[in-house]
Amino acid sequence: MLLKLKSVSKHYQMGETTIKALNEVTLSIKEGEFIAIMGPSGSGKSTFLQVASILAQPTAGEIFIKDKDVTQYDEVERSRLRNKEIGFIFQQFNLLPRTSALDNVALPLVYAKVGTKERDERAKAMLNKVGLGDRIKNTPAQLSGGQQQRVAVARALINNPSIIFADEPAGNLDSKSGEEIKRLLIDLNKEGKTIIMVTHEPDDAAIAKRLIMFKDGVIVDDSKIKGGKEIAAKSEKVAGNGEKVKAQLKSKKNKVEKLKRTKNKLKK
Amino acid sequence: MNDIFLVALKAIWINKVRSALTMLGVIIGVGSVVLLTSIGTGLQSYVTDQFASLGTNTIYVMPGTPFTEEGGFGGQEAMLEAMKPVLKERHLRKVLRNNRDLLDDGLVMAVATGKAKYGNTDEKVSFLGVTANYETIYHTVAEKGRWFTDVDNEKKKRVVLLGPTIAEDLFGKVDPIGKKIKLESKTYKVIGILEEKGGGFGGPSLDSYIYVPLETLYDGFDVLYIDNFTISAKEGVDIKEAIKAIEKTMLTELDEDEFSVADQAQLLETIEGILGMFTIALGGISAISLVVGGIGIMNIMLVSVTERTREIGLRKALGATPNIILVQFLIESALLSIIGGMIGLTLAYLGSLAIQPYFPAKVTGQAVVLAFGVSTAIGLFFGAAPAKKAANLSPIEALRYE
Repeated sequence: MLLKLKSVSKHYQMGETTIKALNEVTLSIKEGEFIAIMGPSGSGKSTFLQVASILAQPTAGEIFIKDKDVTQYDEVERSRLRNKEIGFIFQQFNLLPRTSALDNVALPLVYAKVGTKERDERAKAMLNKVGLGDRIKNTPAQLSGGQQQRVAVARALINNPSIIFADEPAGNLDSKSGEEIKRLLIDLNKEGKTIIMVTHEPDDAAIAKRLIMFKDGVIVDDSKIKGGKEIAAKSEKVAGNGEKVKAQLKSKKNKVEKLKRTKNKLKK
Repeated sequence: MNDIFLVALKAIWINKVRSALTMLGVIIGVGSVVLLTSIGTGLQSYVTDQFASLGTNTIYVMPGTPFTEEGGFGGQEAMLEAMKPVLKERHLRKVLRNNRDLLDDGLVMAVATGKAKYGNTDEKVSFLGVTANYETIYHTVAEKGRWFTDVDNEKKKRVVLLGPTIAEDLFGKVDPIGKKIKLESKTYKVIGILEEKGGGFGGPSLDSYIYVPLETLYDGFDVLYIDNFTISAKEGVDIKEAIKAIEKTMLTELDEDEFSVADQAQLLETIEGILGMFTIALGGISAISLVVGGIGIMNIMLVSVTERTREIGLRKALGATPNIILVQFLIESALLSIIGGMIGLTLAYLGSLAIQPYFPAKVTGQAVVLAFGVSTAIGLFFGAAPAKKAANLSPIEALRYE
């Protein structure tokens, strides 16, 4: 098994309230899967992404990557593991400004301690692969949104990771560029890459093969994807209840803020 | 490591203007420390050289007690005491007469000030009244013309020798030998130019004095006071013994606190002590600007860490360990400081070259090493807090940061 979560929970403490962003989630992901993660805001899908990509440590439960228990890894070990096994694609691209596409793509290799020459060669090859072979010297400011996201995809792939986490990869793009990125992800998956994609667009989710729906920190649906319409219906159904949850959360947050403010006043 | 270095260098390069402004504090700090200490050390070695050229068996008798026994400086009161006209020529004669077995020769040095005029040029100068043996005791020969003689002195002849500086000031390219100059409205004949000797102790340079026979000086000028007796001890005589003997004779004429006797080494020690303090004080004052420069670096690095929170989060997500981030920011602040330090050092060196014609400045290797070390230390010290802050950022918080 490539990635396995065993009753993983992530709790945030907000004042005196505990928010259970993830509540005993158990999940297995095999190599070569393409998974879409959906759910209304506050459902725990972002937290799931952070915990599963070992950016954040879970409050409880166990995480296995390639059957190895990585739950208790310290920050250094997790950094190294992310570098080796995990690629990230963000909604905001998160490229280094005023830095060439080549250097942006090569960045993970810097931390993998690969030599300059090999780094440049591999980065060049990867940029070729995403169709930007003629743009290697350009900085993000000189590239369109779609091109920037393709640079980010090349960066995610450069160290040949086992899993790619994509957080709303088309969320910040016009529909044409969005389609291009989706095409790219589909191709990657066909080549055998495991992709876990968080999205709120049923159309985007439709390119995946498996849909996992979150609500209130738990998985409410985990099924094979048959078509876009089905996804839309499912997500609407979940979101309907989800909006209520969101409102509840908001009022909770407000209460906490109020408490904090009165506390501060008392201090003064 | 090499790559982190490049990342840091690039971060500095990308924010050129900000980096330059940040460096400015260190540039000014290192520049002023190096320049001012170079002036101090230059002055010190200059004075030392000067004394060495005057000979080692020379003993001075001075009015008052300007120098304390510990080699320190007696302060303002002692300075005023030193200006009192207590020394008399007969004291010297008695000293020489009583200690013939120890002392070789001696002279009185009297000082007056006034105007010297040649043609349309006039200058305010100091006149040094000395006897003919100044030539041998101070090892100062006439480069052109001749020294005056004892006879010139006894007859109060109006002849003078010029230091090379004052000769140049008054005559320019004209050969002064045999020319008449007006000193305090009386006419004197220039009979010689002295070789270049450089600075005097505390007063103006020996090269800018006009040397007048002592009796002539008494005759024609308001003599302010006798500056000192300069006595040369016999070859092979213990200088300490000679000093004791002189003190003993002087005590028959004056009180203990009205005069002091010192040899070359003692004087040198005292003056070096003063100049050393001077150098440290100058360095210390300019070191404050170095600290301010360091705080500037810390300030900008903190801003930089906040500004680049997303970048830090991204680097961590992609595999940078906290230590790599720490080192990256430390190198960045150290580089800022070192580059600033090197620029400051270069400026200080150019500055010292620029003032060298007027002032003996000297940038020592020690100062270079110190500047390098101090700017590195400042970069690391003041960069530590911002770097620590960057290293401890949580990647999730950092990525979420807008």
